[in-house]
Amino acid sequence: MEIFVQQLINGLTLGSIYGLIAIGYTMVFGIIGMVNFAHGDVFMVSAFIALICFLLVTTVLGITSIFLALAIVLVVAMFFTSLLNWAIERVAYRPLRGSFRLAPMISAIGMSIFLANFVQVSQGPRNKPIPPMVTDVIVLMDSGGYQVTLAWKQIIIMVITALLLGGFWYLVQKTSLGRAQRACEQDRKMAALLGINVDHTISLTFVIGAALAAVAGTLYLMYYGVANFADGFVPGVKAFTAAVLGGIGSLPGAVLGGLLIGLIETFWSAYFSIEYKDVAAFSILAITLIFMPQGLLGRPEVEKV
Amino acid sequence: MATSPATGLPRWEADPILSVEHLFMRFGGLIAVNDLSFKVGRGDITALIGPNGAGKTTVFNCITGFYKPSEGRLILAHGRAPTPDEIAEVTRIGERALVGRDAGVYLLERMPDYRVSGEAKVARTFQNIRLFTGMTVLENLMVAQHNALMAASGYSLKGLFGLPGWTKAQKAATETAKYWLDKVGLTDRADDPAGDLPYGAQRRLEIARAMCSEPILLCLDEPAAGLNPRESLELNTLLRAIRAEHGTSILLIEHDMSVVMEISDHVVVLDYGTKISDGTPRAVKDDPRVIAAYLGVDEDAVEEVEAELHIEHAATGAGA
Repeated sequence: MEIFVQQLINGLTLGSIYGLIAIGYTMVFGIIGMVNFAHGDVFMVSAFIALICFLLVTTVLGITSIFLALAIVLVVAMFFTSLLNWAIERVAYRPLRGSFRLAPMISAIGMSIFLANFVQVSQGPRNKPIPPMVTDVIVLMDSGGYQVTLAWKQIIIMVITALLLGGFWYLVQKTSLGRAQRACEQDRKMAALLGINVDHTISLTFVIGAALAAVAGTLYLMYYGVANFADGFVPGVKAFTAAVLGGIGSLPGAVLGGLLIGLIETFWSAYFSIEYKDVAAFSILAITLIFMPQGLLGRPEVEKV
Repeated sequence: MATSPATGLPRWEADPILSVEHLFMRFGGLIAVNDLSFKVGRGDITALIGPNGAGKTTVFNCITGFYKPSEGRLILAHGRAPTPDEIAEVTRIGERALVGRDAGVYLLERMPDYRVSGEAKVARTFQNIRLFTGMTVLENLMVAQHNALMAASGYSLKGLFGLPGWTKAQKAATETAKYWLDKVGLTDRADDPAGDLPYGAQRRLEIARAMCSEPILLCLDEPAAGLNPRESLELNTLLRAIRAEHGTSILLIEHDMSVVMEISDHVVVLDYGTKISDGTPRAVKDDPRVIAAYLGVDEDAVEEVEAELHIEHAATGAGA
């Protein structure tokens, strides 16, 4: 029971991070029908931006309040990551719009390799650590030496994720920008004929996706305390799995999928074998694609006749 | 009715809102539109008719920025008819548009599709319905007011923080949407997904959505297609009301001749991408070229061909 509660907490934390990344996949897929394979690496770069910013803020500026530092790091990471993703879309995907369907996807794989290698060369291949940020924990249960703890950083991750998702949902559902975005998802040409600048809307989608990935990157860095150039791939593919599981193109689906993948991974590690946790997560991808390609909350693709 | 009191010229000559000049559209070796010139009068209902494949929809696609014309000039005039000097000026300086206080000249062939709608204020509907089926009826109408809302709401940033400017703009947009819902009789379906509406209602919603972008020229591609006679009659009433109450000029493609003859002030007939007739509905109706185009060829030609093919006819027993 104690182990179960502990893993539930851990799984939800990890799932929140996957959910934030998965939104970037699902939004881009929704609007231009492309799997943005570079998104995981954008997330990784954001963790490095957060790392550099955190070190600058704490050492150069000498800010000691951890919450102020975290807030600054979040904003800076979101800004620069958005800028990066905007630039990627501009140079690597937009020129290929109207080309054959696979072209931007191949370009995305190229971007992914580029980003990972760039960070490897410029930051070195080793893990980059930061001093632990928030170390306090709350002991929820204590039985026979096994403590169920809820770390403050886990609370921070879940609260920030929940707040951001609320704001994001509002943006997409209630504002003109969100409506334009949904309109472009359904029929780009028609949206243009109603005066919507489709290129801008697509750029904005990349910017929003990157901002959420940057939040995930910052939280990931805070949670694990290290950043590594190879950290883009596996979390990226897991977030992609989350997006597929939830139904690619569906925003609530991405969040639900993220939480589920986080939970599956942690429970698998706790009860079965930690070595095979990635196998478990990726088996979900294969199983979903075979038996439920539209995902949990996705709409089935209806062929127009 | 369609003549200008001052000059005695028909309105489309005296005060054109749209002048199509020497429009060509080529797709590889196929010439879909071949040296087409015509004018659309301000405040007129103009019908573009012609047999299937005559190039009508291609003309629409050129006007609304869907296609870039191979050649030709498309002049849209806001406010008043531009002088030849003004047109020459904007053409020469290579700008998309020349906008003054009381008038504006837009060269549509130079504008990308979203500017044709957002700046030049030309709206269109399609032969096949292209509503955002996953959105509600109301949201469809709100999307069409995107530009106005974005400008008023500080690119939705105010919306995120719930600032007053946003609320006001949002309210105004909702009012406009409600007005048009009422106009097309869909108020009680406002929150239903647009895809759930019956066909006739979807057609009306498309027109309402186009009107929500506050166009000065509304291009309708076969608005009466698939409508029953009662719905067709309602459509006529709606189009007349749009023209009377909003001063919106209407350009429409239509096959239903009863609709064309009933509501249009001016008819342009296309065949094989060229204009074969242009005038009032009555003048066009009696034009032998139009009759020939619709029946294939004129009667004399039919007789000639029949005479030539007489032997084959007799041999196969097939009727003409």
